[in-house]
Amino acid sequence: MPDQTVLSLRDVTLSFGPKVIQKNISLDVRKGSIFAVMGGSGCGKSTLLKSMIGLLRPSAGEYHVGDENYWAGSEAHRTDLNHRFGVLFQSGALWSSMTVGENIALPLQMFTDLKPDVIRRLVELKLGFVGMLQAIDLYPSEISGGMRKRAGLARALALDPDILFFDEPSAGLDPITSARLDDLILNLRDGLGATIVIVSHELPSLFHIADDGIFLDARTKTPIAHGSPRSLRDNCTDPQVHAFMHRERDEEGNT
Amino acid sequence: MTDQIETEPQAAQPADRTPRWYLQGEQTAPVMVLSGIWKARAGNIPVFPKDGLKKAPGAHLSFQTSDLQVWDTGLVAFLWDLKRVAHDAGVSLDMRTLPGPMRQLLELLPEVPDEPVHHKTARTSFLETVGNHAVASMTEVGVVSELGALTAKGAVLTLLGRSRMRMVDLLANTADAGPYALLIVGIVNFLIGAILAFVGAVELQKFAAGIYVASLVGIAMVREMAAVMTAIIMAGRTGGAYAARISTMQGNEEIDALNVFGIPTSTYLILPAVLSLIITMPFLYLYGCLIGMLGGFVVAISMLDITAAGYFHQTITAFHIGQFIFGFTKSLVFGAFIGLTSCRIGLKAGRSAADVGIAATRAVVVGIVGVIAIDAIFAVIADVLGI
Repeated sequence: MPDQTVLSLRDVTLSFGPKVIQKNISLDVRKGSIFAVMGGSGCGKSTLLKSMIGLLRPSAGEYHVGDENYWAGSEAHRTDLNHRFGVLFQSGALWSSMTVGENIALPLQMFTDLKPDVIRRLVELKLGFVGMLQAIDLYPSEISGGMRKRAGLARALALDPDILFFDEPSAGLDPITSARLDDLILNLRDGLGATIVIVSHELPSLFHIADDGIFLDARTKTPIAHGSPRSLRDNCTDPQVHAFMHRERDEEGNT
Repeated sequence: MTDQIETEPQAAQPADRTPRWYLQGEQTAPVMVLSGIWKARAGNIPVFPKDGLKKAPGAHLSFQTSDLQVWDTGLVAFLWDLKRVAHDAGVSLDMRTLPGPMRQLLELLPEVPDEPVHHKTARTSFLETVGNHAVASMTEVGVVSELGALTAKGAVLTLLGRSRMRMVDLLANTADAGPYALLIVGIVNFLIGAILAFVGAVELQKFAAGIYVASLVGIAMVREMAAVMTAIIMAGRTGGAYAARISTMQGNEEIDALNVFGIPTSTYLILPAVLSLIITMPFLYLYGCLIGMLGGFVVAISMLDITAAGYFHQTITAFHIGQFIFGFTKSLVFGAFIGLTSCRIGLKAGRSAADVGIAATRAVVVGIVGVIAIDAIFAVIADVLGI
């Protein structure tokens, strides 16, 4: 079933109180795809991600995870669904009072009955995936920003989720580290069979890894294009999407 | 059969769900046969023994995964064990015989993992620890004094109009340390006055000296209680807030930004904080005195047979102006002390969320203990001077 839909949004409106951030968002994320959420600064990309991981209830519309209506169920039901999610936050969001290893072990301690030595082995494995084994006993304050991000990725993988959400994974990373992270994401997707939703405006990385996506517009507060970044770059006629994909200045100058 | 690798007893039936592995084939070309369900969450992933492969440089290990039912990262953990052992034994792995996803994950994992970096916990002797603490606390006294001097210098420069402290900051800090603190300072001092009167009334009544409750409450509030209680409240309320705010700024690199611009933290951050406490503390002290006496008055009037006028007269004759000045001076010193130490603790804090909590706690503890210690020093000075 290559075209199985894992996540779907139907006419979702996101707002903070009376302030509407985005409306009429409809999208389908296929299993095993890397789905990019694109758009200029302040268009509501991160807000959309927040809503998809259950931190912000949409003011209208429906959100399905697999066959389940995400917001219709109880809080406990949402927590269960959230265990299918792994989230990499923008700056890692590691818990600062714990070592990197403890950060990754915590979800395993909380939600599985595994013995400490088994947990340790899995923690080492997850850190091994991201090449951070040497930092297992260090505190987040003792490692660099890029390492924090990779450790955050290892933590997102802790419970072997099948849906991964990345918020600006390559922001603030040098091109080499960023390219390596892209390869890592591709390897993890292929290896784990995970579905990935990624918020980014790092064009090279989007062209490299994403195979589907949505483009949000800050002015009209609606999505204005659907498709993979590559096809949007080559085929989309919307001037704003074109400008974004080709790094041109917006002609109307009011983005 | 010397060049044949021993195989584990083979009992893998198709319905068998437990993860199983065994090696078969010749030593130069062993085959790892995997079967069953390999789920990390099940907690039954076997460990590949460190001596599982005999030294056989040049040997080539291939995989047979046709009986494998379901797998996830648990299997990868096992294969990683194998990869490391194989590396040590000089055996190469035929990755092509692994399914694609498994191969991709396994290729991410290093054959020779980097050694974890450990914290060096050098053991120090007791004497060394004491010495280190002594030096550290002396340094701290020096740093706080220097900070105080810089702040005072900033204040002088501001008065001369040659340095800029933003009046907005001073007003905001003063409002927070003054008017907004009135309620809690009032409640605490009222209760302290009432408690003093209550304790005094019980004893003094026995000697028919009930009227001296007024003197007791008056002197106690003016000399000690109003200043100390107000300072303790402000240490907990405002000192903790200063430390938390400045350490959060530290975490957000806001302090670094100030330093780069050359905006001195002493004038921009510390001066308004310290000044606002120095401005508000004396007023809060006077207010505390009055409210405390009111508390005493309420208890005395309701418990004892004295008139309001009598209580009032006894109160104003009980202490002279010197005692007022004494309490007033103390409240100024307490204000400066709380402001300086809490800012210093905030500036010294680390950059994580936990460090903010530590800084706030430390500011409150240092504030309260320091206020009481300074009060004791004042008591000795007063005794010597005969105030």
